[in-house]
This record gives sequence, structure tokens and C-alpha cells, in this order.
Amino acid sequence: MNEALWYTGRGAGLVTLVLLTVVVALGVASRAGRPLPGLPRFATPVLHRNASLLAVVLLGVHVGSLLFDPYAQLRLVDLMLPFAGAYRPLWLGLGTLAFDLVVALVITSLLRSRLGATAWRRIHWAAYAAWPLAVLHGLGTGTDAGTAWLRAVTAVCVLTVAMAGAYRLLLPDPATGPLGPPAPPGNRDPRLTPLTISGPPR
Amino acid sequence: MSRRGARLHIDWTACEGRGLCSEMLTEILAIDDWGYPLARDGRPEPAVPRELVAHARRAERLCPRLALRVLPEPPPTRPQGGSQLPPS
Repeated sequence: MNEALWYTGRGAGLVTLVLLTVVVALGVASRAGRPLPGLPRFATPVLHRNASLLAVVLLGVHVGSLLFDPYAQLRLVDLMLPFAGAYRPLWLGLGTLAFDLVVALVITSLLRSRLGATAWRRIHWAAYAAWPLAVLHGLGTGTDAGTAWLRAVTAVCVLTVAMAGAYRLLLPDPATGPLGPPAPPGNRDPRLTPLTISGPPR
Repeated sequence: MSRRGARLHIDWTACEGRGLCSEMLTEILAIDDWGYPLARDGRPEPAVPRELVAHARRAERLCPRLALRVLPEPPPTRPQGGSQLPPS
């Protein structure tokens, strides 16, 4: 039974890292100003949201199984309060910090329409702290941290987020705007007139 | 409310033309060259037919800038001069 908890915790932790990587990459890429290849625009935030909720579930499995695992001797307070535990306090604390941030990110995102876009976005920048903390936590305290395959998975995760950052930062041309240069006037649909605050077109 | 339909309010100071709403509500909104929504019925607050209210609420929740609002009442009258687009 103890073995099962330990293996579950390790596996769930790794899957959480992969899912968080997907979430961060989608979140970064969704700000690139153009849809991802092969996807409609609305699909990126929907995938981002669903992957993050899935990550929270697996994070719950990761934390829950290791809380009841007798080896690390975690107390309930160690799940929320970083660097207080007896077992590898630094590396475990990084994970606890990431856990706290993810919880805050999810709660504020679920309440986004009540928070307002500006406050929500400022809080959401904490994602850029949470993901590296999770990566370091996995490298520092994972039972499999020394193995080549875990390092390979971590490297792929870092590469994925780096590629998303490159997609966002390197591709757009600010001179032409997110959708490319505006169509010549002859190609525009004359029935479509931009709305103004003064009312409908005459 | 949903029996009579609703109307869509676009907060133009918040809108950044990400273009999600026009994709999700093609019956109501077209898209301009920069991604900003264009009302197909030419109204400042386009009408949301009863059967599209649920879709409009989904688009409201998904707007990255929270610039979309589904308001309970349908628009009051026909627009004076706005041209109509056929539904897509």
C-alpha cells in the first residue's frame, strides 16, 4: 500500500508537470495575436482552461497521495506552507509554493468576470513563477530526478515553453497588426461598417 | 429573458480585437481586418435571438478581455439606416 502511494505520487507529479507545461505553452501562445495552426481562435483558451483544470486534478492526486505516504511524513500544513517540512524542505518547498500559486491562479480565473480583466491579468502573471518552480521541484526532489528519462521529459517541457515564447515574440510583425495588412478597400464587404459609439451607420 | 432574446454589448475600450467572439457568434458578428467584431444587423448592440443566448453567454465568458456582455433585453427597435447582412 505504501509503495502504491509513493508510485502514485511520483506518476501524478510527472503528469502534472507535463500538463502544466501544456497549459503555460497554450497560455503564452494565445497571446501571439493569431490562431494556432489548425485551430480556431476560441480553441486555444478553451484548451488552456481544460488542460489547467485537468492539471489541478492530477496535482490533487500528487499532493494527496504523498500526504498519506508514511515515508515523507508530511503534515497538512506542509501542503500550503512552504519550507516548513522536515523532508527536503527546500525542494519540497518549491513545490508547495507552486501548488499555492496554482490554487490562486485557478480560483481567480474561475472568478475572472467578478475580478475584472486588469486585476485578473496581474494575478495571472504568477503563472510565470509557478511553472519554473514546478520544474525545479521535479528536478530537485523527484525520486526519479537522477534518471535520464526524467531529465529528458523535463527538457522537452522547457523546450515546449521556449517554443511557445518564440512563437509569441518572434513571429508577429507589429507594423501590420495581428491579422496582417488590412485588405485593400475594394475587397471589403461594403455592407460591413465598423460600429462607432455614435450609433449605427447611416 | 431567453424567451425574448437578448442583446450584445461590446465594450470598445476593453476590446482588443482578438476575434474569438466573431468566431463563436458568426450568426450575429462578422469580423473586420483587425479582428474586431462587426454587428451583422448594423445595430450598436446587436440582437441575440432566443436560440443563440446560450452561445452568446459562452462567448461572453470566453472573451479574453471581458469586453462582451449579454444584456437581458433585446434591442428596442429596428435600426434606422443600418444595412443588413444575410445570416451566415
